[in-house]
Amino acid sequence: MSKSLVPHAPVSTAEVEPHRPTDWRSIAMERRIRRRYAAERRFRLLGLGAVVVSAGFLAFLLVVMIAQGHLGFVETRVALPLDLRQARLGLTAERLRGPGADLALAGAGLERAVDAAANRAYPMQGGAALLSDGAWLRVRDRIKRDPHLLSRPFMLTLPVASAIDVAAKGNGTPAAERSVAALGPRLSRGIAWSFFSGADSTDATRAGIWGGLKGSLLTMLVTLALAFPIGVLSAIYLEEYAPRNRATDFLEVSINNLAAVPSIVFGLLGLAVFIGTLHLPRSAPIVGGLTLALMTMPVIVIASRNAIRAVAPSIRDAALAVGASPIQVVSHHVLPLAAPGILTGTIIGMARALGETAPLLMIGMRAFIAAPPGSLTDPATALPVQIFLWSDQVSRGFVEKTSAAILVLLVFLLAMNGVAILLRNRFETRW
Amino acid sequence: MSNNPPKMTASHVDVHYGSNHAIRDVSIDVYQEDVTAFIGPSGCGKSTFLRSLNRMNDTIPTARVSGDIRLDGEDIYARGMDVVQLRARVGMVFQKPNPFPKSIYENVAYGPKIHGLAQSKAELDRIVERSLTRAGLWNEVKDRLSDSGTTLSGGQQQRLCIGRAIAVDPEVILMDEPCSALDPVATARIEELIHDLRGRYAIVIVTHNMQQAARVSQRTAFFHLGQLIEYGDTSDIFTNPRQERTKDYITGRYG
Repeated sequence: MSKSLVPHAPVSTAEVEPHRPTDWRSIAMERRIRRRYAAERRFRLLGLGAVVVSAGFLAFLLVVMIAQGHLGFVETRVALPLDLRQARLGLTAERLRGPGADLALAGAGLERAVDAAANRAYPMQGGAALLSDGAWLRVRDRIKRDPHLLSRPFMLTLPVASAIDVAAKGNGTPAAERSVAALGPRLSRGIAWSFFSGADSTDATRAGIWGGLKGSLLTMLVTLALAFPIGVLSAIYLEEYAPRNRATDFLEVSINNLAAVPSIVFGLLGLAVFIGTLHLPRSAPIVGGLTLALMTMPVIVIASRNAIRAVAPSIRDAALAVGASPIQVVSHHVLPLAAPGILTGTIIGMARALGETAPLLMIGMRAFIAAPPGSLTDPATALPVQIFLWSDQVSRGFVEKTSAAILVLLVFLLAMNGVAILLRNRFETRW
Repeated sequence: MSNNPPKMTASHVDVHYGSNHAIRDVSIDVYQEDVTAFIGPSGCGKSTFLRSLNRMNDTIPTARVSGDIRLDGEDIYARGMDVVQLRARVGMVFQKPNPFPKSIYENVAYGPKIHGLAQSKAELDRIVERSLTRAGLWNEVKDRLSDSGTTLSGGQQQRLCIGRAIAVDPEVILMDEPCSALDPVATARIEELIHDLRGRYAIVIVTHNMQQAARVSQRTAFFHLGQLIEYGDTSDIFTNPRQERTKDYITGRYG
């Protein structure tokens, strides 16, 4: 019997004590129940309070931004009678059909003619100073579309100068307010399309976000093209192939630390490496993209590793057991199942990069650039940097432009986060 | 008992997980025409041993297998052995049904696809139908092959997994407690299926359920604490065990 598996059962000493039933109605017990309920209530109220406070902050931010920013999308215009026959521009309708139209119009002294018309129509309200610097460009575009306007008088509503614009929106200087009152019904409002199509300008009425936005888009393109493949491949390698040892532990800690490094440090790194050592062009989206890719990559690596790790091991086993090679297991099974998590992480990382200002300041994307970038190596600025630059401007007209640009940035960020949430819900894990 | 050479032979196999010595000096022969059952209490190493027969233990970084395991006389731990092909030849069904989150058709077709077993869509269709028929699932799913494999019931999922293993035309099928997550009716169907598949494939089944071992197997191995206590014809093990420990376990005094 020495080989038997059955252990001898020990006798418990607890069996010796007499059994006393639990008194569920004792005073101590009732006090404990009351305390438990009170704790439950307190905790729920605290949580509710926290949610209300954070929702309040968010609502406050949105209300303030929209209240200030919505006027940034609107411009004030003044009606101006024009008769270009008097100006002797020496232009014919035929010349305006060719490719040299812009040059011909610029050389013909159209700006002077528009100023003269303004001086004639509104001598008491400042004349030409009433109009925005860019007003004559509208006249030019109008004539290009309809060359017959050269030979007959017509009315056109043109954007007013920043001071009048601000006054018309109720925040101007006394002198400008008087001009607005005098102009009365000849002022009108319209959507400032130039805000969406223009680049930076010293004149608030001409400043637009397209320059910054396009700079941001080009920068994001570079960031995505680098950070996404490198991040996902690193995550796959670390999760599926790398052996568990000191070196990979160290790598893991480093990546986690990299994700927590302040963004300005990446800016300094970008400045030193990409501009200092590699001599890439200053202020260019390619440098901005490289720098932000350094910042975004650890975020993507961490998110992707979590997503890959979340794929049930049983799926891996199943694939291996029918004779799938490691790369087939990854590409046929693990990646498709981890894709929503990987994409969500990528989008959140990209959204963070899109809103980033500090590293871009370091690599010179804060320069005043009045034309949208045409390529990755052109000088450019980015939307958040543009907001930062405008917030620094003294001219009053830039206050609402700053808020309006913030609204545009917020719309992009919310849209990206929305897509991330959509992806997460749509492709919820199903196994 | 047969006179044919064994399909798989394991001799003096030891398995370590890190410092844990999980399997000690186990030698077993598995025959083509028999169903071989591994029984024993939890943690006795029977699943570990099963997983070393198709090198699934390779996926556990700390696992070390030593000793000699041969498939048709070929050392499966030899340096030149292609693990991927080995796993196609020695299929596996797991404790919990684990269909891919893909269609029923895709679940079965996946193996033949990656091994290039079908030259055309029609041939692939035939393989899927044959495999699901052998797995006893064809009549239940033939009208909804494009539904996700995860929409099936637990028992159907497990038969789908068996069909998936059959589809790559393995020589040995390892089953790791295939019925432990199933109800008695589904269990009975799987047992029936094992009975039908006997002879075509060498089947090794790990089970907690001794009645199941007695019902489905011709040979039984009793494991305890990482050691092989007794191995022989199922009828002998259950009616006339030579070892005291086997007798204790069989009669329910332990386990």
